[in-house]
Amino acid sequence: MIDITRLENPYGDDKVFDACGIFGMMDTTGTRFSGHDVVTGLVNQTERGNGLGSGYAIYGCYPEHADCYAFHVMFTNPGNRPQVEARLKSEFVLVHAEEVPHHPTPELHDAPLIWRYFLRVDEQHPMVALLGELEYVVSRVMEINIAGMGAYIYSSGKNMGSFKGVGFPQQIADYFGVADYEGYIWTAHNRFPTNTPGWWGGAHPFGLLDWTVVHNGEISSYGANRRFLEMQGYHCTMTTDTEVMAYAADFLMRRHALPIELALKVLAPPLWDDIERMAPEEQALMRTVRQIYGGLLMNGPFTIILAHAGEMIGLTDRLRLRPIVAATSGSRLFVSSEEASIRLVQQDLDRVWSPVGGEPVIGRLGQPLSAVPAPPVARQQQPLPVGQL
Amino acid sequence: MTFSMLTPEFRIERDQERCIACQVCVRQCANDIHDYEADEDWVYSDHSRCVGCHRCVTLCPTGALTVRENPLDFRRNANWTATRLRDIYKQAETGGILLSGMGSDQAHPIYFDHLLLNASQVTNPSIDPLREPMELRTYIGRKPDRLEVSRGPGGLRLETQMAPQLVLETPIMFSAMSYGSISYNACLSLARAAQRSGIMYNTGEGGLHRDLYEYGSYTIAQVASGRFGVHSEYLETAAALEIKIGQGAKPGIGGHLPGEKVSADVSRTRMIPEGTDALSPAPHHDIYSIEDLSQLINALKEATDYKKPVGIKIAAVHNIAPIASGIARAGADYIAIDGLRGGTGAAPTIIRNNVGIPIELAIAAVDTRLRQEGIRNQVSLIAAGSIRNSGDVMKIVALGADAVYIGTSALVAMGCHLCQKCYTGKCNWGLATQDPYLTKRLNPEIGSRRLANLIRAWSLEIKEMLGGMGINAIESLRSNRDHLRGVGLNQGELDALGVKAAGMG
Repeated sequence: MIDITRLENPYGDDKVFDACGIFGMMDTTGTRFSGHDVVTGLVNQTERGNGLGSGYAIYGCYPEHADCYAFHVMFTNPGNRPQVEARLKSEFVLVHAEEVPHHPTPELHDAPLIWRYFLRVDEQHPMVALLGELEYVVSRVMEINIAGMGAYIYSSGKNMGSFKGVGFPQQIADYFGVADYEGYIWTAHNRFPTNTPGWWGGAHPFGLLDWTVVHNGEISSYGANRRFLEMQGYHCTMTTDTEVMAYAADFLMRRHALPIELALKVLAPPLWDDIERMAPEEQALMRTVRQIYGGLLMNGPFTIILAHAGEMIGLTDRLRLRPIVAATSGSRLFVSSEEASIRLVQQDLDRVWSPVGGEPVIGRLGQPLSAVPAPPVARQQQPLPVGQL
Repeated sequence: MTFSMLTPEFRIERDQERCIACQVCVRQCANDIHDYEADEDWVYSDHSRCVGCHRCVTLCPTGALTVRENPLDFRRNANWTATRLRDIYKQAETGGILLSGMGSDQAHPIYFDHLLLNASQVTNPSIDPLREPMELRTYIGRKPDRLEVSRGPGGLRLETQMAPQLVLETPIMFSAMSYGSISYNACLSLARAAQRSGIMYNTGEGGLHRDLYEYGSYTIAQVASGRFGVHSEYLETAAALEIKIGQGAKPGIGGHLPGEKVSADVSRTRMIPEGTDALSPAPHHDIYSIEDLSQLINALKEATDYKKPVGIKIAAVHNIAPIASGIARAGADYIAIDGLRGGTGAAPTIIRNNVGIPIELAIAAVDTRLRQEGIRNQVSLIAAGSIRNSGDVMKIVALGADAVYIGTSALVAMGCHLCQKCYTGKCNWGLATQDPYLTKRLNPEIGSRRLANLIRAWSLEIKEMLGGMGINAIESLRSNRDHLRGVGLNQGELDALGVKAAGMG
């Protein structure tokens, strides 16, 4: 029987209400670029945050350990680090461990101790044979996070990492020196929570394995989503609604092996009325998707940028109650809460558009961006110069 | 007649200045309370038999009648209340089991009234259901653990074969009320209203009148311990089948339709001799264990070619959670759970008022247990047992139900005034009776319109409340207990319901 009482709060709604600004950049050729533009774009949305959280996810940032799981572990109880490390060593092959480099930033306080561990899975481990490698890694992450050791693994993918904390975008960027890392996908988040306990684990991005999510909005269906995921053995420990989004992505695409376009239809499904107007085969497929995965429908206003190795996806709720702007320039895809952030870092854009509610924008490694569908009437490319209105 | 110590329950006051001796009351009262004296051109009332159904009051054209509780006060006693004394007088006179109609009227805690719903303010927008889509559609039936698709030349292909599902346009259905316990016109009203509203009604255990076969796709056909009216055509006609194990008003016991209510038509439909009592045994005589239940489920599925969902109706009893888990694993497509306050046409009063647990606690326990076992997707949960308004619907869905059954609310929509005398066959509103003089009082067209109005009104209210929470599909409320808070409940009750106290974040 699944022990769904093994949570910090079995029936609480520790979701954190937030508004937020989000910004994502991808180079679909896989060319890595520095975080300078990403930080500039996000800092331009400072108004969308209140200093209670910001973070960056970078894909391709650890080429020297590309085949290792990179665990970023936040210690709210630093005294437990030896214990956690001993546990990691018993469960994985530890390749390298170090404290995540950071720079003194006077505005930030309460910064927890953060270490990163580059780990390999021992294929001979009996549990690995039993569960499969990925499920093994996920279960270790869940176990440590709910073990009450004051240690939270908030980033666990290969050749990627999340850097986040309580502060404004510039402060967090300075603290971790994120502009010095290089990656081919960057997602970034500026947070405006209204009742946060102000803890570093609650900042975005959230991730599991190499899936990460940054999120603007509030998931009103959180309780239903959480109960669905708990039934599947996920434990929601980060006390925020965004967490369920990351676990849902992991559940649908890794565990249930759904193609991404279908998984996104679970999160933001077509209306029943629209399903009735579809061709019979598509109708049956969509109806079944909603029947089976109704508990993972993400209800309420949201825009998210989901990412994993090789893919970046922008998506809004069905009614598009939070802003999203997408743009392309050569091999680069931008997804942002605000158009201004994109134009600030890239003047020559091929296309700029506002995706339809519930319709994903997907950037895929090696796939030309001209294939990304946009509404038939893309918005005018250049805004009118000031003074001509 | 022997001397009775019982005093009248109600008192009829007739304003003689208003009364025009039109005799409407005389004709309307099946209890023969009102009497016209032609010599005096005067109507008398003998209120000793008044049940308080308000038929005469409602129909009196001059408003001359008032019915009050008889103000006869026993010496005040918190323990020996008037009802307890009266019950003893009745049993001392008759030596019998006391009967009641409708659900328990006792002051048990009503948890619905201690639960409050949430709404959006500022941090997320509420949704206006007049401007935005708001989805109440609900599918009842077993859902597979996962979706299987394959990629073909034409794109993704669905490989999953879904178990049969019932589609409801709103998560409300009419609860089981048999032909026999209620009139043909009441059954017809329910059937037509179900069709109009895109929902289901339930035959109860009385079989299905042939004239109602045309509403088959809106019909859930019950198979109960008496097996009344069960034949292959009956099973074929319905949209879903329901094995009735128990009922909230009388968990653990069977049913008894008095011979007086078994008219020629009821006899044909039930396949029993006219005028004989229809006795449903307490257990099904072929179900003495969960394995037996599983066999009957499979037998019904075989009989209908696996095209119809087969559900189980049980009463909410103490260990409801493991029972429901067993039923889910026995192959049921849905489980209908009927709580302590659930209605009935006739039940021993002592059982109605003392056996079972409230539906709110039962649904909370079952939903949690099925999730702990990882099998919540395998069955739909239907909650019954005094769903009084759309707020109750919202709360029970948030506790974990997929849909609700309404019985009493439906009867009230058709005119019932809850006098609790269904078992006498003298229903003045033409509902719980087979007397043709009484049944014709319910016009099925008007009855069905009133029922459909009720479903529409509740659905509109549900949409408003969902929109207020910032939710636009009912599935996002299901088991979403974050949207509930408790007031005036102790910690044990809050834990059982899985909700926080109001004010706790």
